[in-house]
Amino acid sequence: MTVRDVARILNAKVLSGEDYLDIEVHDACGSDMMSDVLAFVKDQAVLLTGLMNIQVIRTADMMDIVCIVFVRGKIPDEEVLAIARRKEIVVLATDERMFQACGLLWDAGLGRR
Amino acid sequence: MPSLKLQYQVDGTDFTRAGEASSSVKKNLRKLGMPADIIRKVSICLYEGEINMVIHADGGVIDVLVYPDRIEMILADTGKGIADIDKAMQEGWSTAPDEVRSLGFGAGMGLPNMKKYSDEMRIESTVGVGTTVYMTVRTGASQSA
Repeated sequence: MTVRDVARILNAKVLSGEDYLDIEVHDACGSDMMSDVLAFVKDQAVLLTGLMNIQVIRTADMMDIVCIVFVRGKIPDEEVLAIARRKEIVVLATDERMFQACGLLWDAGLGRR
Repeated sequence: MPSLKLQYQVDGTDFTRAGEASSSVKKNLRKLGMPADIIRKVSICLYEGEINMVIHADGGVIDVLVYPDRIEMILADTGKGIADIDKAMQEGWSTAPDEVRSLGFGAGMGLPNMKKYSDEMRIESTVGVGTTVYMTVRTGASQSA
């Protein structure tokens, strides 16, 4: 699926990276613990998280993660979004909780090849 | 002689800036045309190391030496040192304060991740003096390439 599909499935707002919505994604990782994310190496992945600081963007950058989804209706501040834009990372915000958001994407086939 | 030498002073007082050095190294390696998987291994090793420097040691100095066949990373701090390195290497063992956990780190995965993604890693530490971590990631190219 594409990042655009992820946004549609989660009924998510696009907060940054509108130009990159057609990138294909193959897998996803849901965690608030960035060291766990750093132990997860997959290409073209999505990161779902409830953590709201700059280290989320830096972690995604290090891991070449193409899309970050903030769950539970959280909106990061402008400083976080500015770095995401600079790193060309798509940032989405969904009202779904972590468990539901992961379930919806899994159900739609993400990470199940 | 290394084909590229990079050095960074890591500010130990500002957690929001932790990762800037790693991000810069990543950009430089990409410019050199390094394979993506090698860049990612170096990035993870450095980022975890940089976070450790900020959490535990009030910052430090990172040196990165790029050779055709390998990337050497030296992370030196003058922090409190590691009393028991074997214990520190165990997954889940951490002395990080709770506030660090709320930032997404401090789960005791930093050093294990660094070991996992580097091809060689060595830690020298003296309590009260500081810690130096040496890591090498091999590029897969020959030395003369």
